[in-house]
Amino acid sequence: MADLILTRRDALAGMGATFLLLTAFPIRSFAADADTAEAIKAQFGDAVAQDGKVTLKLPALAETGNSVAITCTVDSPMTDTDRVARVVIFANRNPRPLIATMLFGPKAGQSVFSTNMRLSGTQDVIAIAEMADKSLWKATTRVKVTVGACDTLQSRY
Amino acid sequence: MPNTRIKVPETATAGDIVEIRAVIQHPMENGFNVTSAGVIIPVEIITDFVCEYDGGEVFRVKLEPGLSANPYFSFFLKATKTGPVDFHWLDQNGTKTDASVTLMVT
Amino acid sequence: MRRFVVGIAAFCAFSAAFAEAILADEQPARVQTALGARSGYTYMGPDTQALQDDDFSNPGMLWVDEGEKLWSTAAGPDGKSCQSCHGDARTSMRTVATRYPAFSPQLGRVISLEQQINYSRTAHQHADAFPYESEQLIALTAFISSQARGLPMNVSVDGPAAASFERGKTFFYQRRGQYNLSCANCHEQHAGDHLRGESISQGQLNGFPIYRELWQAMGSVDRMFAWCNQAVRAEPFAPGSQEYVDLELFERWRGRGLLIESPAVRR
Repeated sequence: MADLILTRRDALAGMGATFLLLTAFPIRSFAADADTAEAIKAQFGDAVAQDGKVTLKLPALAETGNSVAITCTVDSPMTDTDRVARVVIFANRNPRPLIATMLFGPKAGQSVFSTNMRLSGTQDVIAIAEMADKSLWKATTRVKVTVGACDTLQSRY
Repeated sequence: MPNTRIKVPETATAGDIVEIRAVIQHPMENGFNVTSAGVIIPVEIITDFVCEYDGGEVFRVKLEPGLSANPYFSFFLKATKTGPVDFHWLDQNGTKTDASVTLMVT
Repeated sequence: MRRFVVGIAAFCAFSAAFAEAILADEQPARVQTALGARSGYTYMGPDTQALQDDDFSNPGMLWVDEGEKLWSTAAGPDGKSCQSCHGDARTSMRTVATRYPAFSPQLGRVISLEQQINYSRTAHQHADAFPYESEQLIALTAFISSQARGLPMNVSVDGPAAASFERGKTFFYQRRGQYNLSCANCHEQHAGDHLRGESISQGQLNGFPIYRELWQAMGSVDRMFAWCNQAVRAEPFAPGSQEYVDLELFERWRGRGLLIESPAVRR
């Protein structure tokens, strides 16, 4: 079994090949960033969102993409005139980038909410807030999603 | 009728901002899962959630398949007067689920 | 070609070991026992653990609520509910989940908690048995199991249960499937190591029925065993099969002393 002894050349070749394999074949299906831009346009038209006012609390590393806790806070006094109308959440690599739309009614106490979302893999979560004056504000956070080996079983068994 | 859980504080002082939490039992099938026979399970989701209080809406969500199963929401309302806090869920088939808890405001 | 593959394997093994060293775990003592058994809780990330610890947002509690309703729902021609005979579940069911699977003198074999529930339904309530993995059976199992939270697993494996225990033990150490792996290969020899991004647990059962994120639903022990068998490309046994009851008995003995956590939340 002499050819099973690992030489330095073998180890280097192995590492190189692994690197190529990991980068060449994506593990999950991903939406192109163009799909996300389209989803945002469908919600807001051509209006451009500025960075600011929105804070996202997301785990840096999610051990399961099936349930990722998100808390979104929008800096707003929530008066009758100066308030948040809605917040729309996107995930730029999910098969469907639009995750949910949250609307704050007249009886809302604060422009804060939490929910759990699904992420198909490591990607950016984008929250865009539309204010009463129609101005748009956004925040983007990168979430790493780990993949377990056993999780590759597709069926619902 | 799917199971729901609601968390509303028992009492509050007028003017308080109180946290409301609501969850409904629902698989939120996203159309990407397959049965053990290899057949795709079609999309089956709750599409709308709304919380109402004191004659107006507090919080409304337009849900998509990208939310986790058993959709959970936490949000805030401003306590004004004693009355019911109503919760309504609507699924893609038009089936409604309702729940209500009374908030005592002093 | 072979050296190539070995090279890749070496790289993966190296990164796995490195990753394990980084992800050192410090877990509350309540989930470990002197025997070295570790609850699946200790292999979960902080977000999953937080979800389990909060009774409101623990999705499993939705099924426990359902189970509580079913407990007092009349069934069968005599209009009896579980409550009619067993009263308040908080007292009467307090230790049940720690003792099952157990030998049933009426049926002459070791049975699971699900089977005991169905036996009571058919023999005492004269109602239809719930199908395995049905919402109602999982809900009742979850409700009854959750009554034992905080108590250590303590199944009996001697006397009439001895034969079942031995069969379960054989199953646990027997290789199966296209991948030719036994439960022990992963859950004993490699517990704590990593398979891609996730750490392999010991496969303990103290949290069952569990809300599994992968299923986005509650699942019983039988569902878990069937899934694991499928994962190594082995033909799964039917739910309620004696093979799975025997395996569950052995598994719960293997984790004896671990505290019941039902309903647990797992990846």
